Amino acid sequence: MVSLESFGLVGDAGAVSTTTAPLAEVAASNSTLRAFLHGLPGVDRVGADARAAMLGTRSIKTTAKKQAIDLAIRMVDLTTLEGADTPGKVKAMCAKAVHPDPTDSSVPSVAAVCVYPDLVATAVQALGSSGVKVASVATAFPSGRSSLEVKVADTVLAVAAGAAEIDMVIDRGAFLAGDYLTVFEQIAAVKAACGSAHLKVILETGELSTYDNVRRASWLAMIAGADFIKTSTGKVSPAATLPVTLVMLEAVRDYLRTAGRKVGVKPAGGIRTTKDAIKYLVLVNETAGPDWLDPDWFRLGASSLLNDLLMQRQKMATGRYAGPDYFTLD
Amino acid sequence: MSERLAVRKTYKLFIGGAFPRSESGRSYVVSSSKGEFLANASKASRKDAREAVAAARKAFPGWSAATAYNRGQILYRVAEMLEGRRGQFVSELVDADGVGVRKAGELVDAAVDRLVWYAGWSDKIGAIRGSANPVAGPYFNLSSTEPTGVVAVVAPQEAPLLGLVSVIAPVIVTGNTCVVVASERAPLPSITLAEVLATSDLPGGVVNILTGSAAEVAPWLAGHMDVNAVDLTGADAELAVTCEEAAAENLKRVLRPPSVKADWLADPGTERMTAFLETKTVWHPIGT
Repeated sequence: MVSLESFGLVGDAGAVSTTTAPLAEVAASNSTLRAFLHGLPGVDRVGADARAAMLGTRSIKTTAKKQAIDLAIRMVDLTTLEGADTPGKVKAMCAKAVHPDPTDSSVPSVAAVCVYPDLVATAVQALGSSGVKVASVATAFPSGRSSLEVKVADTVLAVAAGAAEIDMVIDRGAFLAGDYLTVFEQIAAVKAACGSAHLKVILETGELSTYDNVRRASWLAMIAGADFIKTSTGKVSPAATLPVTLVMLEAVRDYLRTAGRKVGVKPAGGIRTTKDAIKYLVLVNETAGPDWLDPDWFRLGASSLLNDLLMQRQKMATGRYAGPDYFTLD
Repeated sequence: MSERLAVRKTYKLFIGGAFPRSESGRSYVVSSSKGEFLANASKASRKDAREAVAAARKAFPGWSAATAYNRGQILYRVAEMLEGRRGQFVSELVDADGVGVRKAGELVDAAVDRLVWYAGWSDKIGAIRGSANPVAGPYFNLSSTEPTGVVAVVAPQEAPLLGLVSVIAPVIVTGNTCVVVASERAPLPSITLAEVLATSDLPGGVVNILTGSAAEVAPWLAGHMDVNAVDLTGADAELAVTCEEAAAENLKRVLRPPSVKADWLADPGTERMTAFLETKTVWHPIGT
């Protein structure tokens, strides 16, 4: 069992310092896992909220804003997760992912498109060799309420169809009931089923109720093998918020120091404006550091955000305010 | 007991049905016609204009889909509310224009009457601008009017109440929404008018009023790709040219400033309404 004394408080909202204990031992049983996760220092909610709000006031203008907008476009996971998704809609979205603004070839492509497993093949075909990755939600998204066999089969289906990234949901019911080992084993099993595909683990922070739980779920997912931790499905309100993302960024920063492995972060849901997106970039830079300011390590799950980024980009290029009539509906 | 201090009104902007201060935090001194200090008014920035356009765009679907009867009723309601504040407007006009109390009263009355006049047009404009067209084929061919969209209005510099009402009413009665840059010299009646609009069942965002420099704000509105038309009535010659050039980018409808000094007490005619209307024509088979 990992002793609590090996942890100390450093930094912002209470962070974890280096430990010498091998994290592999932590998952030996539910009790060791529980002892470790509950041994993580608590999050100062007021402090985290205040720090996120303070970082949100940074003013990013002119050339820095131009760079931030292009970086944010490159970080977007263009998402459509509706029951009404059709192959035609996914193809249209893929075309937009490759050339977000067809009238301006200097606009970079987005990082990935994110669809349901049955539409992965359509997206893979539509994207071809453009370099835009295909991400698929899996594991009984969005509720995650199904058996492990079904979740693994769902993952295998998406990977077989060509998905390069898998966005899985954790079993929030088990997590909130304190059954951490079940959550751990499910993540590990899905990770094994992913093969070479990257695994993003959706914590659904809107259902975890406290920042302490967000920190615990982040660590649990990372120890179980997540390549990315993601805030939300987008189906629950509140979705991504700045303080929650702050807590998760602290977790990945501390996990790199502790375990020597770098994990990415993806806030998703509720990010609609360029201003919001830039606030997230500031948060990344000030919390995890500039190493994370790359589409390989930070993504923005969004759909309507891209149009606002394009409108802001056009405003900076032409000097006149852009209107939504001149961009594709999504 | 010490002498009571008067509670003075803070003149703010009117955007989306709310009264925010300028995002820029700026204000400017408004003086009477005799040069005495009257109040500080908000000086709107281009970002306030952007917010106002967003509010007007948001209000457009609801307002343009409201029945003509309903829009007419609401305009009539605005007239009622304006009448109820007659005394306040009279004293503001006396301060701003240096006119006598009697003349100011006539101007306020004319503004009320102007609203009632336009309110009546709400369900009649279609009758003079729509038509059943004779076509060589077995079809009904019907043309009907539709509002243009979001209209940016540069209100006249003189006639701070009557002129303002005379440019706002014809734009909104047909279902457009608008962003108005009020008279720079005499902006106070425009914000008091905003208080009237805010209490008249007019949905928030249908009329948005900015105070400040028209020369600073109007070109941003004229260039804004989400604005469908500009009314340059209150723009001077130089500003009108700048705005018209900016408006060309997305082919906005432009109403140029009047070539002779406008007489706001005269019969306005229907030109201000028809300037911001589109015509939709439908072919419907008659059958045999």
